[in-house]
Amino acid sequence: MKRIALLGMPNTGKSTLFNRLSGASARVGNWPGITVDLMSAKVLMGGHIAELIDLPGLYDLHGFSDDEQVVRHFLSHHAVDLVMIVLNSSQIDRQLSLALQIKQLGLPTMLLLNMQDEAKRAGITIDTEAMAGALGFPVQTISAKYGDGCPQALQLAGQVLNNPATITAPQDIAKLLEVDSLIEQTMHDIVQHTVQMPIKFNDETTDQIDRVLLHPWLGLPLFFLAMFLLFQFIFTVGAPLQDGMAWILDTFRTEALEPMLANIPAWLNGLLLDGIYNGIGTVAAFVPIIVLFFLVMSMVEDSGYLSRAAFLMDTLMAKMGLDGRGFVMILMGFGCNVPALMGTRVMRSRPMRLLTMLVIPLSLCSARLQVFLFMIATLFAANQAAFIMFALYMMSFFTIFLTAILFKQQYKSTEPFILELPPYRFPTPRQIWLRGWQEVKHFLNRATKFIVIGVVLVWAMTHYPTDVAPASAATIAGQIGQFFAPVLDPIGIDTQLAIALIFGFVAKEIVVGALAVIYGLQGDALSQQIAMNIDWVQGMSFMLFTLIYTPCLSTIATMKSESKSSVFMWVSIIWSLALAWVISFAFYQSARALGL
Amino acid sequence: MTVLSNLSPGQLGTIHAIHAEQALYQRLNALGFRIGKQITLIRRANFNGPLHVRIGGTDIILREIEAQRIQLQAV
Repeated sequence: MKRIALLGMPNTGKSTLFNRLSGASARVGNWPGITVDLMSAKVLMGGHIAELIDLPGLYDLHGFSDDEQVVRHFLSHHAVDLVMIVLNSSQIDRQLSLALQIKQLGLPTMLLLNMQDEAKRAGITIDTEAMAGALGFPVQTISAKYGDGCPQALQLAGQVLNNPATITAPQDIAKLLEVDSLIEQTMHDIVQHTVQMPIKFNDETTDQIDRVLLHPWLGLPLFFLAMFLLFQFIFTVGAPLQDGMAWILDTFRTEALEPMLANIPAWLNGLLLDGIYNGIGTVAAFVPIIVLFFLVMSMVEDSGYLSRAAFLMDTLMAKMGLDGRGFVMILMGFGCNVPALMGTRVMRSRPMRLLTMLVIPLSLCSARLQVFLFMIATLFAANQAAFIMFALYMMSFFTIFLTAILFKQQYKSTEPFILELPPYRFPTPRQIWLRGWQEVKHFLNRATKFIVIGVVLVWAMTHYPTDVAPASAATIAGQIGQFFAPVLDPIGIDTQLAIALIFGFVAKEIVVGALAVIYGLQGDALSQQIAMNIDWVQGMSFMLFTLIYTPCLSTIATMKSESKSSVFMWVSIIWSLALAWVISFAFYQSARALGL
Repeated sequence: MTVLSNLSPGQLGTIHAIHAEQALYQRLNALGFRIGKQITLIRRANFNGPLHVRIGGTDIILREIEAQRIQLQAV
């Protein structure tokens, strides 16, 4: 099988192209010696089934960042039949350097000039034939976003694959990679002869938007207002969807499942309906709101506004030993902590990276959001809900800032802060749809992996031994709860909540499902039962603890693999547990002291 | 002769020299900071925050401390 490496600078739409070419067939490949996940997909090209590998974005083939090392390692250990370079047409004057660096490796190569639509709007014209002549390999303009030029690009790739050229052996690539020859002059000449650029080109619209959004005084308030409105939008649109989903799941149970399973043994019936169905159903009711959340997040991410947020927040972040990029990672952590942790790879200085990785797990991720939405709906009036949610987000920021300030002496760095501001882009519905679909797939994957096993275990623990009342003090769950009682009583967390917290260590998605199983109830009945068992002070303490302690096993695993240090992983776990306990304790005891 | 961090918003200059160690030099290079290129300061954040500059078609933000290493010739 032919192997094709897809390679390009960051922010050039390389992943959009990869998604377009691979459809939905992409999977994470396993490459010896490479610790990061590389996506790959089987693609039909010129009669060949080829394996297309999406390499990390890089600025410079000879650079020192982790991503740049991954690309070098890949090229010098795996034979490739074609290197597909993706560059941003409107920045060709500086990005061409990467194509020239690849050219020196002597591999079969083709160059795709992406974002043709933006370049055209900016008045840039590129003579691709002349450029191909100068470079010695095919050049094609495309728009990965709209699909223009993609069929031609595939055809060209097929042609290159059909003309077997001499391929430089991987071990020779390693030697070639050590040579960093001067390409400045060549680049200048090629750009001079093949690219026409308006002398002072700038995107008028982007400039106008920036004048408002990056305003010295208005910028930050506008940023927080925008975030607030987005969340308001998600919850306003999401709430009816969530109710609808809960109704469908409940009706399906009473109308279809219960009659169908009426004749099976009682314990199996209990396991299937009160265990697995209730558990997963309670979690699944939150799927619409989570999908909506990720759709909005991906729109913000692709719009170019996040880099602006980095600009606005850098001054404040610098005071805490972090930088503007760290703030962007924290925002991404609101979706899921795992990709946010991986995103810290762009930081070259290890102390800065570790400090950022230490604070990311404190950002309120979408899985914790489910727990809070559930608890708030259960324990608070509808008009208080928005305020409590807002308080929890503020608490998330507070713990992040506190942690950074306390640890910044340990993780001192002089990492330069240099970031590109891409022009504002509006993502197409197709892009949003693809992204949303990936999130749903990711959720279903986690659901099968963790939630089913989790709820089955919770069910077993709350129903064994079989001769006592389910979830009572005599069951295994009850005993575990009592074991932790000396630590959890002072923060107002009872036995039932304790079991949910313990399983929440695996993944926060399980927490709500576990509560459903522990009480053997679903929907409104579950909420009413919980509201009878605990008051709002206990509920708040439970939410604070859930917010701060270790988010999930995936985060811990990522923490370890990204930092390559077990010590660091343990520091993070112990710190978050201790902080969670202290804050919950302070809240619970002072609330009680005030007579609440 | 001045440094990038001394420009006021709207002013421009030509890059004359970049005083940086190899890793930073390469990174700046890849982002388009090359000797002889024209660079414009678009805006500064409050409280000595980062600078927003433009080279050719690329907008970049960087901190004052890095901007001090970039020497300019007035245009």
